[in-house]
Amino acid sequence: MLQIVLSGVSQGCIYGLIALGFVLIYKATETVSFAQGELMMVGSFTAFAMMQFLGLPFWMALVACLLALALVGYGLERVVIRPVLGQTALAVVLLTIGIGYVARGLIAMTPVIGTETHTLAVPYAGKTLELGGLVISYDHLVVIGSTVLICLLLYLMFHFTRIGIALRASSQNQLAAYYMGIPVKRLNSLVWSMAAGLACLAGVLLAPITFVHVNMGFIGLKALPAAVVGGFTSLPGAILGGIIIGVAETLSGFYLPEGFKEVAAYVVMLAVLLIFPSGLLGERTRKKV
Amino acid sequence: MRFLFKTSYLQDIRLIQHSGQVLWIGLLVVGLLISPALLPEFWLAQLNLILVYAMVGLGMMILLGYTGQLSLGHAAFFGLGAFVQAYFVNRGWPFFGALSLVIVANISLGALIALPALRIKGIFLGIATLALGLIVEEVFVKWESFTNGTSGLNVKPAELFGLVFNSQQRFFYLAFGLVLVCTWMTLNLLRSPTGRALIAIRDSEISAQSMGIQAGKTKITAFMISAAFTGIGGALYAHYLRHISPENFTLLLSLDFALMVIIGGLASIHGVFFGALFIVLMPPLIAIGKDFLPAGMANTAGLQNVVYGLILIMVVLFEPRGLYGRWLKIRTYFQIFPFYRRGMFRRQKAFQKSERLH
Repeated sequence: MLQIVLSGVSQGCIYGLIALGFVLIYKATETVSFAQGELMMVGSFTAFAMMQFLGLPFWMALVACLLALALVGYGLERVVIRPVLGQTALAVVLLTIGIGYVARGLIAMTPVIGTETHTLAVPYAGKTLELGGLVISYDHLVVIGSTVLICLLLYLMFHFTRIGIALRASSQNQLAAYYMGIPVKRLNSLVWSMAAGLACLAGVLLAPITFVHVNMGFIGLKALPAAVVGGFTSLPGAILGGIIIGVAETLSGFYLPEGFKEVAAYVVMLAVLLIFPSGLLGERTRKKV
Repeated sequence: MRFLFKTSYLQDIRLIQHSGQVLWIGLLVVGLLISPALLPEFWLAQLNLILVYAMVGLGMMILLGYTGQLSLGHAAFFGLGAFVQAYFVNRGWPFFGALSLVIVANISLGALIALPALRIKGIFLGIATLALGLIVEEVFVKWESFTNGTSGLNVKPAELFGLVFNSQQRFFYLAFGLVLVCTWMTLNLLRSPTGRALIAIRDSEISAQSMGIQAGKTKITAFMISAAFTGIGGALYAHYLRHISPENFTLLLSLDFALMVIIGGLASIHGVFFGALFIVLMPPLIAIGKDFLPAGMANTAGLQNVVYGLILIMVVLFEPRGLYGRWLKIRTYFQIFPFYRRGMFRRQKAFQKSERLH
């Protein structure tokens, strides 16, 4: 039982990491990026290509692909998203769906690596840790550990650095932040690159568990419920939502008949939406006329 | 150039605005009616698929284009329509008997799926409908006594008054007739008080409510009508493919439906047909264009995704009103030649209204 919960938690941490990207972008721009899953897929392919063809060791490849994806995120915001700044949210959603299609297509068209399924040779592959009767694989431990680390880093950044405080200000009220001399547009680019970096990290962490393939981006669709459950405006909520979804999924996979595992995330999400329309930790808002 | 003189208020909601429309629409209908005799089998099959998609597009347009409710789960309605039609036609029900059951089933599911729409808005409604669509997709896979699971279901050809629609030529007339009737019904809906209530809700829910429109009831109505049209489309699709299985009704199809009306041009009936043309004809056109590319890049699925995504990005960036918007510009250019100016269709920037408190 505890064993199952633990593997659910580690699965949930992956969802949470991707969901963090959704939440960051939503807080900054009030739109939802449907390309998070694809960015994750691109991230793990980049890591794979770097280790395979450049022969980089794992840690260097990880850092390099994080930087590369952060750059990609920054570029996407500048070239594609910024021209529609100020238009309705649907426009951005469509753009991100379009980006997702292009990313999937480009990876599938890449001659050598595109169509195959790969394993990422991580140094901790296949090892397990025994702890008082529990068997935990290092894959899962690393996932949980790095999620905790990322949360800590984000917390420190948002509370103690100038950039973090500027980000919080601009997500509370963009216009006022702009008047105070905060470069809101640059911050939006920064948020996109952070979201892409997080997606890339999630992709590398997920790679030993599910392998690297073109359609792994669809796991982003499971992270979406995680963000919704958490409230879409709260960073801790994203992780909490991810863990709830992950645990619900593994438990229903174990105790309920076949087929419930696939839909557990969505059932949980709809149930939460019916009871708390703004999620568990979301801000309660009412539109003024 | 044509000047329309308004001499009565009823003229604004007249179905046919001027005699030119009669001419052009008449020509189009006649051209389509003789097309089965002229088109080769492959392109006729594509034309039939366009009609099926246009049927769904009508439903999608009512919901997304006119009521402003985003749904990313329409494959669920499409699939339900297909499976109900297949199940009952295979058990000997007449075509229209099964079709009316399709409509009843879809209206019920539509009302159910509309419930989240009463509490959540915009993108989140899209996410909720996406979740419902995925759940229904899983139900199709698991409910084997009804859908025959992943192995799928063979469907008898449609039969009407002793006439069996078992070839592409015959199917065309069935689909064309149904699409014609449903388009006419949609046009009538849009010029009725209900239709105008839908548009009012899209433009501002609060002002619509203050004018006495019941927002919740109207939204549910929109979902039910949309579901019914999509279900009819699904029923046609079942007779078109003659073999359906749950993997025909995935999330990607839902996305296709939403993109179809957006690329076609929101809030226009023309947009439905432009969008259907685009979505159906793109794969074969890409397959033809692929021959001119180097062999290493000839991965059809990948190429299709790239072209698809790029076109979507281009439409959002450069032509937010879709293919219909472009068509309108070209038509106006020729209508008032040589007086077309570049700024004629420039609109005020549509700024997003923040849902936040401040």
